[in-house]
Amino acid sequence: MSKDKSLINRFYKSDFFYDFKKSPVTIVSFVVVLVLILLAVFADLIAPTDPFDAKSLNLLNGFTAPMEPNAFTGETFTLGTDDQGRDLLSAIIFGLRVSLFVGLTAVILAMVLGVSLGLLAGYRGGWVDSVIMRAADIQVTFPSILIAMLIFGIARGLLPPDLRDELAITVLIIAIGLSEWVPFARTVRGTTMVEKEKEYVKAARLIGLSGRQIMVRHILPNVLSPVLVIATITLALAIIAEATLSFLGVGAPPTEPSLGTLIRIGQDFLFSGEWWILLFPAATLLALALSVNLLGDWLRDTLNPRLK
Amino acid sequence: MTDILLSVRNLRVVFPHRHGDLVPIDDISFDVKKGEIIGFVGESGAGKSMTGAAIMGLIDDPGMIESGEIWLGDVRIDQLDAKRLIKIRGKRISMIFQDPLTSLNPLKTIGDQLVETILTHLPVNADQAKRKALIGLEEVGIDPGRFNAYPHEFSGGMRQRVVIALALAAEPELIIADEPTTALDVSVQAQVLELLKKLCRERNASVMLITHDMGVIAETTDRVAVLYAGRLVEIGNTASLLSSPRHPYTRGLIASTPSVEHGDISTHLYQIDGSMPRLDALPTGCSFHPRCQDALPRCRLRQPEVINKSVACFLYE
Amino acid sequence: MSKREFISIDRLSQRFDLSDPWIARVISRRPKQFLDAVDNVSFNIEKGKTYALVGESGSGKSTIALTAVGLLRPTGGSVLIDGHNLYDRTQSQLEHRRIRRRLQMVFQSPYASLNPRWRVGNILAEPLRVFSLADSQSAERRRVHELLEQVGLSISDAHRFPHEFSGGQRQRISIARALASRPEFIVCDEPTSALDVSVQAQVLNLLKRLQNDLGLTYLFITHDLAVVRVMAHRIGVLKSGRLIEEESTESLIESPQSEYTKMLIRSAPRIGRATTGTSFP
Ligand SMILES: Nc1ncnc2c1ncn2[C@@H]1O[C@H](COP(=O)(O)OP(=O)(O)OP(=O)(O)O)[C@@H](O)[C@H]1O
Ligand SMILES: Nc1ncnc2c1ncn2[C@@H]1O[C@H](COP(=O)(O)OP(=O)(O)OP(=O)(O)O)[C@@H](O)[C@H]1O
Ligand code: SF4
Ligand SMILES: [Mg+2]
Ligand SMILES: [Mg+2]
Repeated sequence: MSKDKSLINRFYKSDFFYDFKKSPVTIVSFVVVLVLILLAVFADLIAPTDPFDAKSLNLLNGFTAPMEPNAFTGETFTLGTDDQGRDLLSAIIFGLRVSLFVGLTAVILAMVLGVSLGLLAGYRGGWVDSVIMRAADIQVTFPSILIAMLIFGIARGLLPPDLRDELAITVLIIAIGLSEWVPFARTVRGTTMVEKEKEYVKAARLIGLSGRQIMVRHILPNVLSPVLVIATITLALAIIAEATLSFLGVGAPPTEPSLGTLIRIGQDFLFSGEWWILLFPAATLLALALSVNLLGDWLRDTLNPRLK
Repeated sequence: MTDILLSVRNLRVVFPHRHGDLVPIDDISFDVKKGEIIGFVGESGAGKSMTGAAIMGLIDDPGMIESGEIWLGDVRIDQLDAKRLIKIRGKRISMIFQDPLTSLNPLKTIGDQLVETILTHLPVNADQAKRKALIGLEEVGIDPGRFNAYPHEFSGGMRQRVVIALALAAEPELIIADEPTTALDVSVQAQVLELLKKLCRERNASVMLITHDMGVIAETTDRVAVLYAGRLVEIGNTASLLSSPRHPYTRGLIASTPSVEHGDISTHLYQIDGSMPRLDALPTGCSFHPRCQDALPRCRLRQPEVINKSVACFLYE
Repeated sequence: MSKREFISIDRLSQRFDLSDPWIARVISRRPKQFLDAVDNVSFNIEKGKTYALVGESGSGKSTIALTAVGLLRPTGGSVLIDGHNLYDRTQSQLEHRRIRRRLQMVFQSPYASLNPRWRVGNILAEPLRVFSLADSQSAERRRVHELLEQVGLSISDAHRFPHEFSGGQRQRISIARALASRPEFIVCDEPTSALDVSVQAQVLNLLKRLQNDLGLTYLFITHDLAVVRVMAHRIGVLKSGRLIEEESTESLIESPQSEYTKMLIRSAPRIGRATTGTSFP
């Protein structure tokens, strides 16, 4: 109990919290991200309707403008409805959930992969390093969206048609995850190469620890802060990648629409006057990606003593 | 008093910090006479480099000189604007750093670097500058034939000689040498110090030699200032300060230095217990009192002033 | 060879391959390049004694240090620890661990030798866990406290991180970690050259006290002859990887034979008669 208190106390007094308080942009970004995450997590409780429940949809409600009663049913929707009469607010909240889930899981995948390969390359050196880093070099010459599409295409080709929609999200996560591991690997490799020359690593070798134990127990804790920064920035990229893929029709299926899917649907109606179907999902996506990115920039400045 | 080149009066350097200001230099005063070598000793963090930085006008942001004056001859240099400061720096004062590699440009030959320095600071043409550069190299014992060599082609000791040649090139009146030999082997250190001594005598230049090695102080300097936790605790003639140190810290420092001339395996070295306080946790009164064996009751309450321009300790009041 | 020798280094050589990668070498037709960092060095250290290696930068001191504790396989010669060959490939895993436990090292840098993300208590407990030297949590904690007290730190320091300590205190933590596995032999690679003199005296006195109390054998590496004088029983002088002179401390410093040793002694800076180095005026 008292230990908890001192921990909170320490946090309040820390430079980290001080820097945070001094940056209004960061505070706003943090609040935006927090609200969006809470919306996504508690979507079932917050969303006015369940957009996936086909029974509750009423086609007559289609194309209702925001805050205006529907001409046929008289129902009002805060953000309007889409062509199927689906409440856009609910669709966005559930779409946010899909987008965030895909983004976060993809980043975790990329992080685990990149950190492991980076540690291995940096610690072992020699040909292990050459192979891993050449692979990384090759990968970055292609845009990650292209790689994701490639992986996505291959996976779809291999899967039986009845599983395609079911596994679409998983494939999407793997595709984005695999295309974003390089920045993690490069940073971790660099830090590892510096750390492994330090004498505390010699001291660990001296008592007979194996390479794997040294990497995990001693070096890993020392590379975590740059990894955290990259993870945040990559999260913004992953969310946009997901939206792009879904927008192109190769991502989240219409049965589980993400923000990108909603934007794709919305753009069909932009010129026929139903602007809200595109605008609100797009604005949410922008707010999310921008806030996450700003948080990442701030983390990088705060955790990097060289810039201070 | 015309034989005083540099005069530092009640210098106080402050780094504003959200938990309260840090004061790495607190009320330090000293004079540097023309042609003398004055040593600055003290533990790591005592404020030796910061003193040099204050004189050069090179204190990092957000640090600043809060009060005090620095006079070079009859020019007050602590309030000069950047342009005039740059003119004085390099021309009248130059600096030698610990790591010779960082003070040399790895992409230019040492000859070019010398000529460039001479041309910026002295009223000479290119030919004269080159001739001066060649003489400069010869003076520090480097074959003028290596005029076109790059820094990485030299050993550590040779590089430090080049740095000295560079520092002397503009014929400065004051050289601030911040641990110029700490990175070198003892044999090379001896040569470099000998060289610095000889050249400064010949040109009547003054040197502020910053080091934490009492042996270097003893063999090189005329006078010595001892710093502790940002304050000047003792200053005086090197020979008499070393043979009869007065401040308890100076006494401890000298007593704890092992010597090649005495002692054997059974020798117990004198040790000052504890460690120098950090700037954010300075004790009240005399900052040395927690480690001082002779501390008096008042040492905990008030800070001792420097008495007779020699020692800051209540034992001598 | 008398029975009292703890470590015996026999015709030790370490040759580093400095060649360019194979392809670059073939293209530019350069031969392989080698550096003999240690060249045919032999010496013994008696149990409970301190042997100092002195020499200038690059003379091979640290290379020998790493070889002596088992971190760097020599390209020639052998290291015998109490009769066991440290680099015997036929040795069982268990035997190897047993020898390992008896060897420890204290490093030069007070900053790089402690993992900045670990609390001091964990740093000291790690060797205990690896060598299974404490059978319970409370035994482990007791031993950590004992170690902290042995090096003059306080028990509450176990909860702090390395950056909260000064250079000299960090060196004490390093020494405590080295003592954790109850070794008999400790290599000290310039343990005080990054410290201020007043702090250096504390660390040197501590090392000497521990040697007396625990009967430790030291290989003490330094370039400071004044430090050697009060620390070592015997001195070996290294120059470009070769041992050029070896004597008991007193006779080596008072009557050096080689020109190189004479030069080293001559260039050591000295305060002069002002100090005795032995007692406080
Ligand atoms: N940029 C800075 N911001 C805050 N404090 C600083 C800064 N630079 C130096 N200091 C502090 O000022 C004090 C004096 O530092 P200084 O570099 O002068 O020490 P020094 O005597 O030269 O030590 P060393 O022997 O380690 O070079 C130290 O406590 C240091 O932590
Ligand atoms: N892993 C390595 N690969 C190649 N060369 C090395 C390696 N380790 C050391 N050397 C070289 O071997 C020589 C001896 O190095 P060593 O570190 O043993 O010197 P030292 O006596 O400890 O010097 P110092 O006093 O500077 O620590 C040096 O020339 C060094 O460059
Ligand atoms: S003033 Fe007091 S505490 Fe400070 S050095 Fe002198 S006697 Fe010691
Ligand atoms: Mg300094
Ligand atoms: Mg070494």
